[in-house]
Amino acid sequence: MALVNIKINGQPYQVESGLTVLEAARKCGYVIPSLCAFNHGKCSLASCRVCLVEVVGARGLVASCVYPVNEGMEIITNSQKAVEARRASVELILSNHQKNCLQCPKQGKCELLEVANIVGARDQKYMGQQSPATIDELAPGLVRNTAKCILCGRCIERCKEAHGISILGFENRGFKAIVGPAQNRSFAESPCLQCGQCVNVCPTGALYENEEIAKVDEAFRQGKKVIVQTAPAVRAAIAEEFGEPIGTPGTGKMVAALHRLGFYRVFDTNFGADLTIMEEAHELLERITKKTAPLPQITSCSPGWINYLEYFYPEVIPNVSTCKSPHMMVGAIIKSYFAKQHELDPKDIFVVSVMPCTAKKYERSRKEMPNDVDAVITTRELAKMIKRAGIVWKNLPDEEFDNDLLGEYSGAGVIFGVTGGVMEAALRTAYFWLTGKEYGPINFHEVRGLEAVKEAALNINGTEVKVAVTSGMANAKKLLDQIKDGTSPYAFIEIMCCPGGCINGGGQPFVKPLFLPNEGDDILETYRAKRASVLYSEDERLVIRQSHNNKDIQKLYKDYLGQPGSELAEELLHTSYDAKRVKFPENK
Amino acid sequence: MEQIRNEKELQARFEKCGACLQKKFHCEPGHKAIVVCGGTGCLSADSQVIIDKFQELIKANGLEDKVTANIVGCFGFCSQGPFVKVFPEETLYVKVKVGDVEELFEKDIKNNEVVERLLFVDPQTKQHVQKQHDINFYKLQRRDIALHGNGEINPEDIDEAIGNGAFQGLNRALHMTREEVIDEVLKSGLRGRGGAGFPTGRKWSFVPKTDEPKYMICNGDEGDPGAFMDRSIIEGNPCAVIEGMMIAGYAIGAQNGYFYVRAEYPIAVKRLAKAIKELEEVGILGDHVLGTDFSFRCHIRLGAGAFVCGEETALINSIEGKRGMPRPRPPFPAVKGLWGHPSVVNNVETLACVPFILREGWEKFAAIGTADTKGTKVFALGGKVNNVGLVEVPMGTTLRQLIYDIGGGIPGGKKFKAIQTGGPSGGCLTEKDLDTPIDFGSLVAAGSMMGSGGAIVMDEDNCMVDVAKFYMTFICDESCGKCSPCRIGTKRCLDILTKICDGKGEPKDLDDLKELSNVIRNNSLCALGQTATNPILSTMKAFPEEYQAHVVDHKCPAHVCKNMMEYYIQPNKCIGCGLCMRNCPVGAISPSTEPAHLPNGNVNPGKFAHVIDPKKCVKCGSCLSGCRIGAIIKK
Repeated sequence: MALVNIKINGQPYQVESGLTVLEAARKCGYVIPSLCAFNHGKCSLASCRVCLVEVVGARGLVASCVYPVNEGMEIITNSQKAVEARRASVELILSNHQKNCLQCPKQGKCELLEVANIVGARDQKYMGQQSPATIDELAPGLVRNTAKCILCGRCIERCKEAHGISILGFENRGFKAIVGPAQNRSFAESPCLQCGQCVNVCPTGALYENEEIAKVDEAFRQGKKVIVQTAPAVRAAIAEEFGEPIGTPGTGKMVAALHRLGFYRVFDTNFGADLTIMEEAHELLERITKKTAPLPQITSCSPGWINYLEYFYPEVIPNVSTCKSPHMMVGAIIKSYFAKQHELDPKDIFVVSVMPCTAKKYERSRKEMPNDVDAVITTRELAKMIKRAGIVWKNLPDEEFDNDLLGEYSGAGVIFGVTGGVMEAALRTAYFWLTGKEYGPINFHEVRGLEAVKEAALNINGTEVKVAVTSGMANAKKLLDQIKDGTSPYAFIEIMCCPGGCINGGGQPFVKPLFLPNEGDDILETYRAKRASVLYSEDERLVIRQSHNNKDIQKLYKDYLGQPGSELAEELLHTSYDAKRVKFPENK
Repeated sequence: MEQIRNEKELQARFEKCGACLQKKFHCEPGHKAIVVCGGTGCLSADSQVIIDKFQELIKANGLEDKVTANIVGCFGFCSQGPFVKVFPEETLYVKVKVGDVEELFEKDIKNNEVVERLLFVDPQTKQHVQKQHDINFYKLQRRDIALHGNGEINPEDIDEAIGNGAFQGLNRALHMTREEVIDEVLKSGLRGRGGAGFPTGRKWSFVPKTDEPKYMICNGDEGDPGAFMDRSIIEGNPCAVIEGMMIAGYAIGAQNGYFYVRAEYPIAVKRLAKAIKELEEVGILGDHVLGTDFSFRCHIRLGAGAFVCGEETALINSIEGKRGMPRPRPPFPAVKGLWGHPSVVNNVETLACVPFILREGWEKFAAIGTADTKGTKVFALGGKVNNVGLVEVPMGTTLRQLIYDIGGGIPGGKKFKAIQTGGPSGGCLTEKDLDTPIDFGSLVAAGSMMGSGGAIVMDEDNCMVDVAKFYMTFICDESCGKCSPCRIGTKRCLDILTKICDGKGEPKDLDDLKELSNVIRNNSLCALGQTATNPILSTMKAFPEEYQAHVVDHKCPAHVCKNMMEYYIQPNKCIGCGLCMRNCPVGAISPSTEPAHLPNGNVNPGKFAHVIDPKKCVKCGSCLSGCRIGAIIKK
């Protein structure tokens, strides 16, 4: 790309043309505080007016997050005028912000607070009436508190960009303006996927997950056998909550912490992932060989995606695997097989899932499977519990998951947390079942990576199987339209709701764009790749890398379930979808 | 309908319709043409019923061959409507009621007898004035550019527009290259009439000469309180605006034009839609306009009434079906506008001026006005002024001429205090600025701005802090809510102004208000926010003593702010009639023990002067307005 010569505060620099002033300044080592820009300055809103700088020759101050650099531009970030303007913008935002910071769910991670510190916001400046506020706690996954909202619009952009459904938008005018689903409805009364991408980008405590830590506490208090399981993506990111760099593996320390929190058993949802593969690969082969249901088959592990399916593509429901998601399978197995083997009453067991996901909170409350899992906490909530218990992360040893009936997991299960992982795991097993031998290279590199839609055509025993992998509903839409039109060339499609898969889920640690060192132009891509690498390297390290080779899985089928797709497996491990789900339930 | 597919057919139609129009205005003896104002104001005062009645009478009397009656666009002198004008004498009747029609018909139409009682009475000379151009209100005006055809042609008949010269400018433009058309408009000195005064030709020249689709957009989202220039122009002569848009479309290489008009302007929308439909039918709009390679189509989009949609990028968002919120610039609309393509947004009045420039040549337009601004400007003159209405004056007319000569001065002999121009984005000008010639530069230099043409006159009874509060309330409701300085800052300004008007102000508030106003001006995203505090800053600058009185003495000199004024019955004037006591809704008035006096000074026996209990008084003012001898004052 062409370079342009600019000056920042009198110092000459060369930067790529096409960058915004904000991006250029960061590249040159200056931090311009900003709130509405979230993806390394890629922002089309310019709404917060916190990133104002002076540009010689421009009329007035310019919003650096949208103003492009050009040859010879002279930028002044630290003039009196710019510094005071930035401070005033923040002070105005603070004057209409609910400042109960000590009790805020975003405490310690609030970007507004951080920016207020940087600009030196003065106390009690511009005080006055507050906008009327809405608190929406009806949805199982998400909470919205407009009293904390600064109307930066990041969540609106995120929802639109990731899923193309724009659940969130501005409404009302002037001082009464708020951000929310249309007509200020609850998330629960709108076609929201509850994926939590909006939570991930919210700079304040206006959007956050519906916390369930209290439910877990209550179960302990009642003396229940509290069993915890953790999703693969959690280990790829939890260390970030304790100050480790993005991409630090946290499996061993996480398990050690869970043991110290007093859980009865610490299991890995990867066991469920392996189980899912057994059932899903079986289902796929049935579809291919016996034509029991239409092709392509689509994965069903992502509850955000299932919400999108039911709301927007109910006609595609026959294509979607009936498998429950892995943690629901684990819950079902714990309360049946595990309880039976240990002679426990399932009523005394309380299953907690630690998930990178807010939609899983919704999923566990679905009427089709009300009793499998009792509480879902996010990666962030688990970190809170660890900190609350006074456990020092860096002093923790590495420990193993409990090896008790559901202990073993394969590398195939681990990579479930990243886009393409479910596909790859399924292919490893399907290949074995179709050919009678393991796929030599093990890895299917064709389905890895963070592209919007990945396609591969695999030759298995002379049969060409075309598969596709996508994440983010905006990307999935094209594949789903093909199915609707009857033009889909694929046999198997993996769809995950959050762009990049679970590693970028709505329950994962916040990535604060403002305070990261430069990690490339697109922060989202960079940190997703780093988190993904944690899972791929764990897969490489494991001896057993195919779900069907998991000894505990084999034992489960032998002792309890029989064959994949057996009657008992259908009852415990499969579910159904609601083709008539109402997008806009009546306001309560 | 007969087609107009080329220049020849246009000229033939022009000659035919022009002759018809001339025949109507200068009809032979025994013939008459009645026109009735069809502007929104007059229509709401039953002018449609008046015209129906005239037509009924023409039919009943069998005069269809000799007498015509139709509606025309706004006469502008809205405080005197509805208007009925009779040709060929050009007698103008004002404030005509439905009940007057029969008399008018009997006397004027049938017997050539002027109905004196319905003529305009000059407030100074008390004389009846028969002809429109003899009325002072019209004398200094020049209503042949932006208001061309208003009050003359039937806005619902494209033949009358064509006969009046419509599409002659377009025809000339189509014989020129695009660059020549832009050059012509540049040389004319036309500046955008929407408020900022950006040279129109330059705006057009920014559109890149690429093959991608381009769009012409007409901004008819007139939102300033009290402004109705654009509405009247569309209502009065929709073809002029369409022609202006077609010329602009030709100049920038657009094939589609969007009219963005407020849904609250149903008559404007109806007439515009009718004109577009008929122009499509005759072939002026569509493919191969007048036999050339230029193709153009017009579309109408209705605005939901948000003030911010007058900002061009918010308007573009609204046309795209999105929420009306401004976009950051760059990219400018001329490069990336509607649906990401180059677009030019011009105000209604700007486009209405374009046909004149192309029809008559740039020299004629440039000959009008000042060195800074050429042409004319339409103002919606309102507030405390005798002649309320729509005026078009050459640039360079002074504010004094506007208020006193055209506007007829301040009613009730009150003292002029300020004129607010530019609506909520503008500022107040005072006595000392009255000789300022009206043009973009001079008004800005004086501390206000031209704006789109709202001109609200204020007298000594207006409290300037209250005026600032009024505009701030408006802005607070109309801010789109996108950027924080505008959304929150304007509310904080309003908080402070409310505190001051409630009598709780302190001197520090004035510093805060000024600081905050400047923050909003510097930090906001779009022009709405950047100019939102102009009413505060300009009133603070022009009337510092009034602000001081509010925060230091806690007095409102104009007796407007209720917490700082009270109603008072002058005991020496009160005759003790008790009317105020009966009118008082809260029982705050009672007779005192002091005797009441008759107007001649003698004691009114058996009556007592009344007093108001300030603790009970809710300051509704019904005592003052009811008192027949003026014994009650505000203090």
